[in-house]
Amino acid sequence: MQPNSSQKLKIVTLVSVGKHPQSGRVRRADQDSRAVELGLRLSADQADGLVVLHAGDPNEPSLRSYAGMGLTAINVLQLDPAADAVAPLGEQLHQSGADIVLTGVRAESGEGSGMLPYQLAEKLGWSIVPRVADIVSVKEGVAEVLQALPRGQRRAVKVRLPFIASIDTAAPMARQSAFGPAQRAAMTVTVVNAETDTLRQSWHEAVAKKRPKRLKVIKAKTAAERFKAATAKSQSEGGRIMKQESAGEQAQAILDLLVEEGVLR
Amino acid sequence: MIFEWLHPLLIATALLLAVIGAVRRVKLWRAGQPDQVDLMAGLMAMPGRYLHDLHDIVERDKYMSRTHAATGGGFVLSALLIMLVHLLGIDSQILAWALLASLALMFVGALFVFKRRLNPPSRISKGPWMRLPKSLLAFAVGFFVLTLPAAGVLSDGFMSQVGGVLLTLVLTALIIWGMGELFFGMTWGGPMKHAFAGALHLAFHRRQERFGGGRSTGLKPLDLSLATEVGGVLGVAKPTDFKWNQLLGFDACVQCGKCEAVCPAFAAGQPLNPKKLIQDMVVGLAGGSDAKYAGSPYPGIEVGNAKGGPNQIITDGLLAPETLWSCTTCRACVEECPMMIEHVDAIVDMRRFLTMEKGSTPNKGAEVLDNIIATDNPNGYAPASRTHWAADQNLPLMRDVKQAEVLFWVSDGAFDMRSQRILRAFVKLLKAAKVDFAVLGDEELDCGDVARRLGDDATFQNLAKRNLAVLSQYKFSKIVTTDPHAYHCLRNEYNDFGSDALNGVEVFHHTTFLNSLVQQGSLQLDPFIGGKVTYHDPCYLGRYNGEYEAPRELLRSMGIEIAEMERSGFRSRCCGGGGGAPITDIPGERRIADMRMEDANETGAELVAVGCQQCTAMLEGVVEPRPQVKDIAEILVGQLVDPTANGLAKEVH
Repeated sequence: MQPNSSQKLKIVTLVSVGKHPQSGRVRRADQDSRAVELGLRLSADQADGLVVLHAGDPNEPSLRSYAGMGLTAINVLQLDPAADAVAPLGEQLHQSGADIVLTGVRAESGEGSGMLPYQLAEKLGWSIVPRVADIVSVKEGVAEVLQALPRGQRRAVKVRLPFIASIDTAAPMARQSAFGPAQRAAMTVTVVNAETDTLRQSWHEAVAKKRPKRLKVIKAKTAAERFKAATAKSQSEGGRIMKQESAGEQAQAILDLLVEEGVLR
Repeated sequence: MIFEWLHPLLIATALLLAVIGAVRRVKLWRAGQPDQVDLMAGLMAMPGRYLHDLHDIVERDKYMSRTHAATGGGFVLSALLIMLVHLLGIDSQILAWALLASLALMFVGALFVFKRRLNPPSRISKGPWMRLPKSLLAFAVGFFVLTLPAAGVLSDGFMSQVGGVLLTLVLTALIIWGMGELFFGMTWGGPMKHAFAGALHLAFHRRQERFGGGRSTGLKPLDLSLATEVGGVLGVAKPTDFKWNQLLGFDACVQCGKCEAVCPAFAAGQPLNPKKLIQDMVVGLAGGSDAKYAGSPYPGIEVGNAKGGPNQIITDGLLAPETLWSCTTCRACVEECPMMIEHVDAIVDMRRFLTMEKGSTPNKGAEVLDNIIATDNPNGYAPASRTHWAADQNLPLMRDVKQAEVLFWVSDGAFDMRSQRILRAFVKLLKAAKVDFAVLGDEELDCGDVARRLGDDATFQNLAKRNLAVLSQYKFSKIVTTDPHAYHCLRNEYNDFGSDALNGVEVFHHTTFLNSLVQQGSLQLDPFIGGKVTYHDPCYLGRYNGEYEAPRELLRSMGIEIAEMERSGFRSRCCGGGGGAPITDIPGERRIADMRMEDANETGAELVAVGCQQCTAMLEGVVEPRPQVKDIAEILVGQLVDPTANGLAKEVH
C-alpha cells in the first residue's frame, strides 16, 4: 500500500456500533475497525489524517474502542435513534469533500442490511467498490483496489476518486485499541435533524434463529450400503439445470421449490 | 612531617566529594513520582532490616554472608573510627586499637572477596566489580599502617626515619585509591554505590510489608484518572514515571546475578536478564549507555547499543519490548534478590504503558484482551456457557441458595476440557467431605489475572469491581479455588477497590482446604501405589502466597514420599505459563516447560503432582515420553475411600 503522498487524500471512515457474536455486548465492529485500520494506514503520512464519522449517540461507549486505535477525535452526527442516517451522512460527506469513504460491509447491530454504502453512493453519485481487502495505491486520482473474493482470491480494480469502499473481513486486522488514547479522544458532536425511518418503525424485531438442518435419514439396509453412504462423496441429487427455458419458467421452478421446501407458504 | 595535615585533608576531601555525590544521586531519584513513605520510621528501622531481612537472604549462601559481614561490618566500623581518629584527631589508644581491629576484619573479609573473584561464576558482573576487592584491600592496608603510630605500636617519627618519602607516597596512594572507591565511588556510581543506595532502599522500600518476614506480592493498582489528566500517562514510559523509591531500588543492585541464575526466561534463551534490566533502569535514571555493563547480556541482544535518559521513552532505545514480554512474573528474581529489588513491579509498570498507551501487546495479547473485555473470558466463549462443564454435577448456585459456607471459585478452567477434569475431581472431593458449598455459575467472571499481567489494569479493575459486586450479594465465610492465579487476585489484589465483599472471608487454594479436610478426617484416603512422585510448586501458590507445605502434606497423607526436584519450594522453577507469557509467546532457544520437565525427569518420578491448571497445561504440553501430570485433586480422587463401598466390603468380610 503506497499512497501517493504528493496529493493530499481526504479519507473518511464511517463506524457503527458493533455487537459481539458470543456475548451480544457492544464493541467496535470487526469490519468497521478494519476500515479504520485501512484509513489510518492510508493517511499515515498526512497531518490532518483520517476523519472518523459516526451517526448516532456521542456517548455510545463502543466509540471509545475505535478511538483507542489512536484517533484524536471522532466526529459524531447526533441523531435520534429512530432517524434514518443515510440523508445526514450523505450531506456531511458531500460537504466534506472526501476522496475515499470506507465503511464495513454490513453493521453488526441495528438493521444491518448492508445497504448503507450503496445508498450513500447513489446519493452522492460516486462509485462503490464492495468487499475491499486492500487499497494498493492512489495515483493521479485513480485508486488501485483489491476486492476480496471467496477462497482467498483477489480481484484488482481501478476506480476513479471519489469512491466508497466497503471493507471485507479479508482486510488487515485492526490494531489494538488502547485504553489511554480511548479515554482522551474528543467527541466532536454536530446535532443534525433527520427524517424518522418510518418504515423501520413498523417492523417487529426478533432474535434470529439458526436455520434448521435437514436430518440425515439413513436408508441403507446393509452394511455395504452404509459403508458406501459414509465414504462416497456426497453428490447433489435432484435439482435441474435450466438453461433453455424462458425466464418465466425458470422463475416458476424456483418458486415451486421454495414452496416445496416450506420457505414460502 | 607531612602526614599531620595531608591525610586529614585527603579524608575530608573524599568525604566532601562523597556528600556532593550523594546530593546529586538523591536528586536523580527524586525525579521519580512521589510515593507515600514514612521517611523517619524507615531510617530508624533500616539497621534492623539490614541485619534481619537482608541478611536472611544473603545467609542462603553462607560463604557470601560471612564474607560480607566481615567486609561490610569492618568497613562501616572503620569508616566511623577513621573519622574520629584521623579526621577529628582524637588521641586515644583504645580507638586506634579498635580501628586496627576493624581494619583487620575488613582485610580478612576482602581476602575472601578476592578469592571469590579469582574464578567468578558467570552470573556475577565483572568490569569495575573486579577491582573492588583490591580497592578494599588497599583501603584496609593503607589505613592500617597509617593508624599504627596512633596505636603506639610505632613512634611518630618511624615513617620519616625508615621509609622516608617513598613510604609516604605509597601509603598516600593506597589511601587515595581506597577512599576513591569506598567514599567517593559510593555516591558517584562505583560498585560501592550499593551500600549507600541499598541502605536507603531498605529504609524507603515501596513494599514495607515485606520486612519482618511479611509478604507483599499483589501488584499496585494504577490510577486510571491519569488517562484524562493533562500530561498524564498510564504506566511507565520514562524512568521518571517510576516512583522515586523504585528508582532508588534499582540503584541498590549489587549485580550479584542471583536473579539471572533463577530466571526461567533467561535460561530459555529469551531476551530477558533481570540483572541487565535493573542495570538498564540505572542507565535510564542517570542517563547514558550500557557500554560499561560487564555482565551477561539479554540472550541474543548485544551489549553497548542501549541508550537512555531520565526523560526518554524506555522502549525507544533503552530496552526492547520483547525483554518486558519475556517475563513470566514468576517472582523467582524478587525472591532471590538480596537487595529486595522488585523486578516484577517494574516490568508490569512498563507493560502497562505498552498496552494501555501504545496498544502494542504482542502476538495474541490484543485478541485475548479484546475477548476478556467482550466476554469476560480470555478465549471469547459465550459467557452463558460458563457452567456447561458442570451440566452433570448438580452444583448449588449462589443465585439460588444465597449463602453457603464455602464459595467454590471455578475460574476460567471451566472452559478448558483438561482443567474441567481437575474441577470435577475437586467437586467430587467436596461432596465426599459433605462440604456446604456453592458456585457463582454464570455470574463469575475472569479474575483479571491475565489482563493485569499483560498490563491492562483498566480491564483488571473493571473485572475486579464487577466480581466484587457479585460477591457482595452473597454470604459465605470461605472462598476456595483450584486456580492459584485467581487465588492470588482474590486474596492479595482485590482489597484495593474499596469493597467489603471479602471482609472476614478467608481465601484458600484447594490444596490448603483439602489438606484441612484430610487432617480433620473428613476425607478417607487409600495409600497411593503408583511409583515415584514429585511435586511442582506453582509460582502463584508458593512464592506469591507462601504455601509450600499443604500440598506436600496432602501427598504425604496418601503415603507418598515426595522425590523433590533440585529447584523446589521457594526456588521452584516456573512452568512458563504465568504473566501472559504463553500469549505473548516471545521466542527463545528452549521452552521453559521443557526445562521444568527435565527437572522432574532427573528425580526419576513417574508422576508430577501439580496444584495449578496452568502448570498442568504447560507441563502436559511437553512431548512424551515424560512423567504423567496430575493435579493433586485428581490424585486424591483416585485414592478416595468411598464410605458406602467400604461398608459393603466390611459386611462381606
